[in-house]
Amino acid sequence: MIKSIVKKGEYFDSVSLMIVGKDIALMDYVLDATVVMATQENKSILKTAGLYLDEFEEYDDTDLLIVVKSDHEEKLDEIFKNVDNLLIEIRNKKDDQGTFNPRSLETAIQIQPESNLALISLAGRYAGAEAMKALQKGLNVMLFSDNVSIETEIELKKYAVENNLLMMGPDCGTAIINGVPLAFSNAVHKGDIGIIAASGTGLQEVSSIISEEGFGISQAIGTGGRDIKEQVGGMMFISALDALKNDENTEVIVLVSKPPHPAVLKKINEKLKKISKPIVSVFLGANSNLIKESGAFAAETLEEAALLACAISSKVEISKVSKYLEERSKSYEKIVTNEVKKISSGRKYIRGLFSGGTLCDETQLILKNNSENIFSNRATDEKFALTDSWLSKEHTLVDLGEDEFTVGRLHPMMDFDLRNKRILQEARDEETAVILFDLVLGYGANIDPLNEILPIIIKAQKIAPDISFICSVTGTEQDPQNRSMIIQTLEKNGVIVMPSNAAAAEVVKLIIKKINK
Amino acid sequence: MGFKKLFGEKIEVVNVGLDSFKDDLEKQGEKVVNVDWTPPANIDDKILQILKKNKAKIDIANEKVLEIILNGKPYLVGLDIARNVIPGMKENLLLHSGPPLTWDRVCGPMKGAMIGAIIYEGRAKNFEEAEKLAASGEFIFSPCHEHETVGPMAGVVSASMPVFVLKNEEYGNYAYCTLNEGLGKVLRYGAYDNETIERLKWIENELYPTLKNAVEYLGKIDLKNIIAQALHMGDEVHNRNRAATSLFYRTIAPAIVQTCDEKNVTAKVLNFINGNDHFFLNLSMPVGKVTLDAARNIDNSSIVVAMCRNGTDFGLQLAGTKDSWFVGEALVPDALYFPGFTKEDANPDIGDSSITETVGLGGFAIAASPAIVQFVGGTANDAVNYTLAMYEIAFGENNMYQIPYLNFRGTPTGIDVTKVVEKGLTPFIDTGVAHKDPGIGQVGAGVLSAPMDPFIKAAIGLAEQFKK
Repeated sequence: MIKSIVKKGEYFDSVSLMIVGKDIALMDYVLDATVVMATQENKSILKTAGLYLDEFEEYDDTDLLIVVKSDHEEKLDEIFKNVDNLLIEIRNKKDDQGTFNPRSLETAIQIQPESNLALISLAGRYAGAEAMKALQKGLNVMLFSDNVSIETEIELKKYAVENNLLMMGPDCGTAIINGVPLAFSNAVHKGDIGIIAASGTGLQEVSSIISEEGFGISQAIGTGGRDIKEQVGGMMFISALDALKNDENTEVIVLVSKPPHPAVLKKINEKLKKISKPIVSVFLGANSNLIKESGAFAAETLEEAALLACAISSKVEISKVSKYLEERSKSYEKIVTNEVKKISSGRKYIRGLFSGGTLCDETQLILKNNSENIFSNRATDEKFALTDSWLSKEHTLVDLGEDEFTVGRLHPMMDFDLRNKRILQEARDEETAVILFDLVLGYGANIDPLNEILPIIIKAQKIAPDISFICSVTGTEQDPQNRSMIIQTLEKNGVIVMPSNAAAAEVVKLIIKKINK
Repeated sequence: MGFKKLFGEKIEVVNVGLDSFKDDLEKQGEKVVNVDWTPPANIDDKILQILKKNKAKIDIANEKVLEIILNGKPYLVGLDIARNVIPGMKENLLLHSGPPLTWDRVCGPMKGAMIGAIIYEGRAKNFEEAEKLAASGEFIFSPCHEHETVGPMAGVVSASMPVFVLKNEEYGNYAYCTLNEGLGKVLRYGAYDNETIERLKWIENELYPTLKNAVEYLGKIDLKNIIAQALHMGDEVHNRNRAATSLFYRTIAPAIVQTCDEKNVTAKVLNFINGNDHFFLNLSMPVGKVTLDAARNIDNSSIVVAMCRNGTDFGLQLAGTKDSWFVGEALVPDALYFPGFTKEDANPDIGDSSITETVGLGGFAIAASPAIVQFVGGTANDAVNYTLAMYEIAFGENNMYQIPYLNFRGTPTGIDVTKVVEKGLTPFIDTGVAHKDPGIGQVGAGVLSAPMDPFIKAAIGLAEQFKK
């Protein structure tokens, strides 16, 4: 039976509720459970999940719904009591800090008058208005939230450009300002390389590699993925270019993005021509000639972009980068041979399970060069779009950070459950040859990823000892997680850990080539 | 140009949303303030747009209203019998707390109080007779607020009852309130038995004339001054009136001794005031009323001039919307219940005493009164946070009522309905809870949030004025 309790006017943020929801689902006698604010979207999710009750109709955004499904009616009171305690715990954790938490942006600014950046991660429908308030108060904004309309984005960015403010996002997950990693970002060295990115994990990968190479970041500005679309017209991309152009601490500029709309690319190119600082661009999937026209160095992969920037920063001849990468590819021969030996005949497909969208895109591009059919829930070609994201088909690369997976759930960089289940699912598939995955470290990400994923990999290896496990770790030694320990432990457990996402894709490409000969 | 300024500075972040982002920044030693964000009220965006567009007009009106509130000079100038002084008072009129109400929707304690008043007036001998009269249409009911009056809990006032007479010396308007009966079986909680009626008679026959003479002897008593001092002594003058009652006692006692010839009566009156920590409540409430009434009918203002409950409905009025009531359901408080009682026993919120919050006292001044927060199960820190949160929805700060702990900052004053709906934050009301059955009395106390509904309606009501 399904029973619910409604708490009118009790607001909790979605992450707190997901944590509580997860804990409830683990309670004895609970078949299914959820705790959500009674928004229209959440109500429709409840309907799909079979947890909807008619009485929910009268409640709205500011009311809290607690729904529990159980076969043990007599236990429900106790379960709800436990839920109450969990909610109180979370609330107290907030209140217990002794200091007063302002209820509004205005009051926050009164308390901290030198505030210069608002980090906004509210639900999309509230986020735009809050961002505008922050801009109007003279604050730069990092807008983490998605589901903000493009009209709102344009309005915000127009205002920001007119007032010389930074308007990162919506849907900007990563930025490093003055050396401080914000939201989902890595702890990097300070240095003279500035990054502008319309892609969060792309930015994480590039900045982490630069830092691990011993170089550093001056500023890493996220624009949000839609900035380079025609409607937004690259407003923030271009104003960030202006900013880095004039920033005395930036000597090299790296641009990271999907291919911008041609009109936007034209604008960017024109701007680039006026910048004398060296520029490296990685527009994943774009024809590199388009950008070369502006005098920028075009990289094919995130890693190459990072290494080019490092080379320029250290005044090393940049041709050394491609030589180095070529040499390295050759050295993969041994790894490939070993892995192929392990894979039984009949196993022929790659299954890539990503938490970073751009990492998924990059892998698609690298594998496509192999002229394979690669299916994905982020396929650039409709022909290769997965009809069901939950089921792999031939070669499949899935981004588990896409909406179909994250509705009512934390992002896979935080919550590994869904991907773990998928790893086991792929291991049980007799056609799976390679399981490829990313581990993204840094602030915002799960603090103990090894503990989440290692038991699953061991279990999957038991199910299918003849599958190859390949991964790359995006992050730095300074990140809150222990990067080198994670890599060593994975390697000890038979996982091939590559130094970059591109390198991992490269190895997979070679393996596939070999087993399908 | 560009973001040069930001790049050159140390970043200081305001975090709105996920707490973990704030924690990460703190771990890195960065400066960050977290906003404890709540969604705005569920209100049509068009209404918000209208209010936004007219913000300048609203603010000008609000400045005027705030000025009137701050300039108010509430004095106790005398005592009298309701029929002599309360505007519109009639023999068959019963005033009650909260917004307008019909007999069929009257809650338990209110019903008891009305029946008690009818018996007190000598119009009926017992419950049945009184109930019949009340239901017959013979008696008419009207909110205290519409008669320059306020009343705690049921707030019932009938023609023969003695009342305090307050005058706002700055603006010349008056306000009235009955004399506090103390605790136990009292009319304001719906008791109507002999003990209750006898006490009311004693108030009429001994307490009233004695106090009347004493006040006359003193001329007038500056109540604003007493409240300002009481706030420095741990009162917020809604749920805690111990200091204010003591200060009033110090003022009135010599005058009583001076003016009352009967030693016996003198002792009884002084003991009665001394024995009732809430005696001053029936003065702090009309202070709010007489102060706020002067600020009525200021076009365009979004400031609340009355906020009250009748045990069935919660109602409010704005300075900018004339006599309109904006009404929603009164909720059963999630309070701390006295031993032996639970939420099941509680009546929905009742009384005009939230006039104290409306004028910047009570829940808005609770940081001055940590003792009362402890009484309802909170900490001193909670008290401070309640008051700090109320600055979010207040238009201004008080010039006389101050919080010592906040470095004598003025209390948040003038509830701005536009801020309430925008921030999704309703006023905290520091209140007592009545039993749902007549005459049982107080069963709990707590700091409650007012319901959002009436504020949404008030915002709509104000927005409609601009459409005209």
